[in-house]
Amino acid sequence: MAGPNSTAAAMPGGEKDVMANALKEAFYAGLIALGMFCLIIGLRTDQNIRNELILVPRWGLLATVVIIVMVGRFAFSAFVWPAIERRRLEKASTKNVVEAEPSLLRRNFVPIAIVAMFLFPVIAVYSVGLQGSLKWVDNFGIQVLIYVMLAWGLNIVIGLAGLLDLGYVAFYAVGAYTYALLGTQLGWSFWLLLPAAGAMAAMWGVLLGFPVLRLRGDYLAIVTLAFGEIIRLVLINWREVTNGSAGISGIPKITFFGLFDFDISSPNYIGKVFDLPMSGVYYKIFLYYLILLMALFTAYVTIRLRRMPIGRAWEALREDEIACRSLGINTTNTKLTAFAIGAMFGGFAGSFFAARQGFINPESFVFLQSAIILAIVVLGGMGSLVGIAVAALVMIGGMELLREMTFLKQIFGQDFTPELYRMLLFGLAMVVVMVWKPRGFVGSREPTAFLKERKAVSGSFTKEGHG
Amino acid sequence: MEYFLQQLINGLTLGSIYGLIAIGYTMVYGIIGMINFAHGDIFMLGAFIAMIVFLILVSIFTTVHVVLFLLVMMIVAMLMTSLWNWSIERVAYKPLRGSFRLAPLITAIGMSIFISNFVQVTQGPRNKPIPPMISQIYNVGGITISLKQIVIFIVTAGLLAVFWYIVNKTPLGRAQRACEQDRKMASLLGIDVDKTISITFIMGACLAAVAGTLFLMYYGVVSFSDGFVPGVKAFTAAVLGGIGSLPGAVLGGLLIGIIESLWSAYFSIDYKDVAAFSILAIVLIFLPSGLMGRPEVEKV
Repeated sequence: MAGPNSTAAAMPGGEKDVMANALKEAFYAGLIALGMFCLIIGLRTDQNIRNELILVPRWGLLATVVIIVMVGRFAFSAFVWPAIERRRLEKASTKNVVEAEPSLLRRNFVPIAIVAMFLFPVIAVYSVGLQGSLKWVDNFGIQVLIYVMLAWGLNIVIGLAGLLDLGYVAFYAVGAYTYALLGTQLGWSFWLLLPAAGAMAAMWGVLLGFPVLRLRGDYLAIVTLAFGEIIRLVLINWREVTNGSAGISGIPKITFFGLFDFDISSPNYIGKVFDLPMSGVYYKIFLYYLILLMALFTAYVTIRLRRMPIGRAWEALREDEIACRSLGINTTNTKLTAFAIGAMFGGFAGSFFAARQGFINPESFVFLQSAIILAIVVLGGMGSLVGIAVAALVMIGGMELLREMTFLKQIFGQDFTPELYRMLLFGLAMVVVMVWKPRGFVGSREPTAFLKERKAVSGSFTKEGHG
Repeated sequence: MEYFLQQLINGLTLGSIYGLIAIGYTMVYGIIGMINFAHGDIFMLGAFIAMIVFLILVSIFTTVHVVLFLLVMMIVAMLMTSLWNWSIERVAYKPLRGSFRLAPLITAIGMSIFISNFVQVTQGPRNKPIPPMISQIYNVGGITISLKQIVIFIVTAGLLAVFWYIVNKTPLGRAQRACEQDRKMASLLGIDVDKTISITFIMGACLAAVAGTLFLMYYGVVSFSDGFVPGVKAFTAAVLGGIGSLPGAVLGGLLIGIIESLWSAYFSIDYKDVAAFSILAIVLIFLPSGLMGRPEVEKV
């Protein structure tokens, strides 16, 4: 469990030293693991019939975990770390080699990825059948794309304007409740309420933005976190309007611009209009394309905004606020627009989420969601749209795939439930990926302003902003 | 008036626990400038370890010896949570030192998710109730004070005194304050910065473990998700008091505790957290660096 730094000293000493050192490290790691886990894994607290807590020893499991830690540490010190060091040395010695021409896939990554995303439901339907594709399109495709859109929206606030926002989920909640409340109470259509939800979220973005304009860095972070919590608590406690923790159900489905809809009982049901067999898949596929278009719209707006004066002002603000002010940029308006536009996309995604679920309650808008979205933005390499999409696919897609790992049941026995370990592994993955690639998946940035030719610059040249 | 004093005492009890956790936040922030999101879960882990130690002790002694039990629980919880926090710092934060500012924040959030789910997986998702350890209640002029509250005040005050001494009077404390001011200069002057940072994490974990033990003793129940809300409130307290300032953290903790209990007593219990967070926002708008924090000087 200990850090990888101490092995570096043993590097020049040859193979034997590395092994001896690795053994020593493994021993210490085992000792530390034993100390950390001896009570929390070694003893399990269970309730007996009289509701009293009793202790059940699990020394076998404790021993297994400690041995796994020791073996892992040994392997890391003996094999993985020296290999990393060797590669680093090689890289350092072969400097200034002309970079190989990037492969065809790499050069055209974005168009290929977009085409692949459009083809995804078709492939899913053809390979696993109409009913089988439901799970893939809904749980996997739509879920990932919602997070892609949210992360792209948050990217405007954090990646471009450099304002650390820990309460982004509040705008998602505002959008979702706007659609849920107006949709169920007034029966308005999704297409009317989508802009309304965006406008509502943007308004809340400005309302939050005003008081926090003077705050910087971590003070800004904590106030946005507090704001997110306030919104959630109000949603829980304002029972007359939001129905509290019981949530709102029966949120109307989205129709295809009123031409046909996906409600089996309705006369305009898609199956009746086009003479297709009844299935829930059509609605999911429709939702998939809808969220895909919404996400691409977010990306398009982001790309266009970066070239507009306001986008350049955001990036300038991120790099140096004082220089910005001395050049006559109105920092108040710049920050407020960043908050408002970021929040607007959160609101769009929220109303989509409400329509997709058909039921929402405040449990969907906890801080953990903000943390996950923030993690996706940072893991993707802040400011890089492609990196963020890749990060969302890896983190959310990976988490969803864990549900499918039923073959693990054959290894660990029938009581093994992979769902239980999802968040555990998610947290661990966040740590591992961040330590491995602190600058995110895409470490280079495309400058918007350049002289003569556009060159990608390293991500470490851009600042992360401090509010 | 009696009702008010009663609520004030309840608020101070709660505030003491928040204050103890807040010190861990504020110290780590002061020395390496990161929000240690996992600190709330370290607190929860401390409470869990104390709970397991309590059960072991009950099965050995059969009757409850309050002082002995509390001491053993606190010491074991302090040792183990220190080990946890030390390992977390080594694994998740140290490799990212000198990297950009958001990287350790993300690993801290990851660690927070990891710890709470780890406890859920290993100990089960249900609430863990323990039998009450102390039940004496004193009546002073119409106000009831339980012995539990007195224990919390004494332990908190004692720990703060020890802590104040360490930070202000010992070479270790001097090293910490030096690292806080300028890490590069401190290392040039022969201070082992890595060691000082590790010790800071250990000290924060010790205080969180004591807070966890007191929390367990006061409420008699703990669950795996108990780390987040006290953690966020303690961080709020640290920011309210001016992050980086130790007396500020304690003051902020007490204030948050008092606001919370007075608000639940006079207005509505549902919105007590909203009140705490709103007051944080209001204070920060008028005093952007907290009650006792140093204003940030911008250098061009």
